[in-house]
Amino acid sequence: MPQGPLVYRQRLLTRITHWLWAISLFFLMLTGLQIFNAFPSMHIGLESGFDYDNAILSITAREVEGEVQGITRILGAEFDTTGILGVSGGEVRAFPAALTIPSKTSLATGRVIHFFFAWVLVITLAVWLVASALNGHLRQLIPTVADLRALPQDLKDHARLRFHHGASYNVLQKLAYASVLFAALPLMITTGLSMSPGFNAAAPWLLDLFGGRQTARTIHFLTMLALLGFFAVHMAMILLAGPLNEMRSILTGWYRTDGDDHA
Amino acid sequence: MLDRRKLLLGGAALALSGCKVFDSATANDSTLRRLFASHEGLTQATQRALIGDRLAPEFTEADIRQGQRPNGSTDPTSAAYRQMAETAFRDYRLTVTGLVEAPQSLSLADLTALPSRTQITRHDCVEGWSCIAKWQGTALGTVLTLAQPKLTARYAVFHCFDAIERNLSGEVFYYESIDLIDAYHPQTILAYAMNGAPLPVANGAPLRLRVERSWVTRWRSMFIRSS
Repeated sequence: MPQGPLVYRQRLLTRITHWLWAISLFFLMLTGLQIFNAFPSMHIGLESGFDYDNAILSITAREVEGEVQGITRILGAEFDTTGILGVSGGEVRAFPAALTIPSKTSLATGRVIHFFFAWVLVITLAVWLVASALNGHLRQLIPTVADLRALPQDLKDHARLRFHHGASYNVLQKLAYASVLFAALPLMITTGLSMSPGFNAAAPWLLDLFGGRQTARTIHFLTMLALLGFFAVHMAMILLAGPLNEMRSILTGWYRTDGDDHA
Repeated sequence: MLDRRKLLLGGAALALSGCKVFDSATANDSTLRRLFASHEGLTQATQRALIGDRLAPEFTEADIRQGQRPNGSTDPTSAAYRQMAETAFRDYRLTVTGLVEAPQSLSLADLTALPSRTQITRHDCVEGWSCIAKWQGTALGTVLTLAQPKLTARYAVFHCFDAIERNLSGEVFYYESIDLIDAYHPQTILAYAMNGAPLPVANGAPLRLRVERSWVTRWRSMFIRSS
């Protein structure tokens, strides 16, 4: 555990936006799975193939000798996912009730909540971006040349669960946070907008960029999985690096550093 | 460390106990639901500002790779509809009433005699799927121009042949509304043909409203009422 001085590492605005994103992403994901359930397959191209196959993922159910089986197909490979995907709680549904908001099937409710939190996310991101560009926080997220040189060593240290508690983010943190804020979230927003027929009229070029509406929908889903992966690693890092110190820093801003590192 | 692990497991159990936690908050009559729905005005205003009178993307013949997937009710059962379908909709009339100076009653022959528009567009179901097809029909704007909406008219309401439920007073028919901005949009058509053939019953015969910059929830028109 670090024994050095406390440093003020996260500004109030950074902390508030962090938690607004956390809440928004929680609701966006679970209402997103509700929306997915209305048409539980993902396609590549301009449209969804019904007379031809352009699906890369589908979660369906079929009856085999009187038993209903949940079937998940990924790139042509078939998996029996009865009980979790396809069939759960005695119901035919792609994602189970435990993973959707609301728990019962309601596309309308899912969409109302999804778009509400999409606005919260977009507005929060815009406020954060402008404020962070002005107060210098943005620069703290961009890896420096020295950071990149330290990358191999930082990777080794992380692999050995040897964490440094510095006053600034380490290079892996910078890369992780920057890719969420500057790549994953903008990709979520633009692919999400590309699913709107109204927005397609405003920016048809965006649809062309993604390779069609169904590809945009698939990228939206895959980016959600990437964000979920980030969340898992984020939680693991907090637990491994000292959860009380990490929680204090994102709640109060104060972070206890290693005594020998004042960088 | 052990307590932390317990806390973590507790959190996981809460998450796994299902999103029933949020069900009451998201019910149709809850205050929170009204808060969630409060974005709709902002969403609509933003969309209007962004899209103006722009057109929905159109596609080429080569992009039509399959038949148009039907949606909604594919085979209306009401007696009046069945009778018309059996006689190739010869007796069908599209009536335009309400806040209009000149109410209209148009047969399919009347509509096909008006200038037509053909467009290859992507049909987006609100569920998430898309399908590209060629639609031919009369611009709704042309029909509205004939009917001359009054200055106070702001919306067009479409009453359809598809019964969505049955209650004590009989069958309840599906209806849908759009504002006059969408109604006069050049790609908003009353389609009577699809992929080069008369519109099949499964896809909304005799007339299907196409609002290309919106979700597909529209259905076969029985009459239009301006309000």
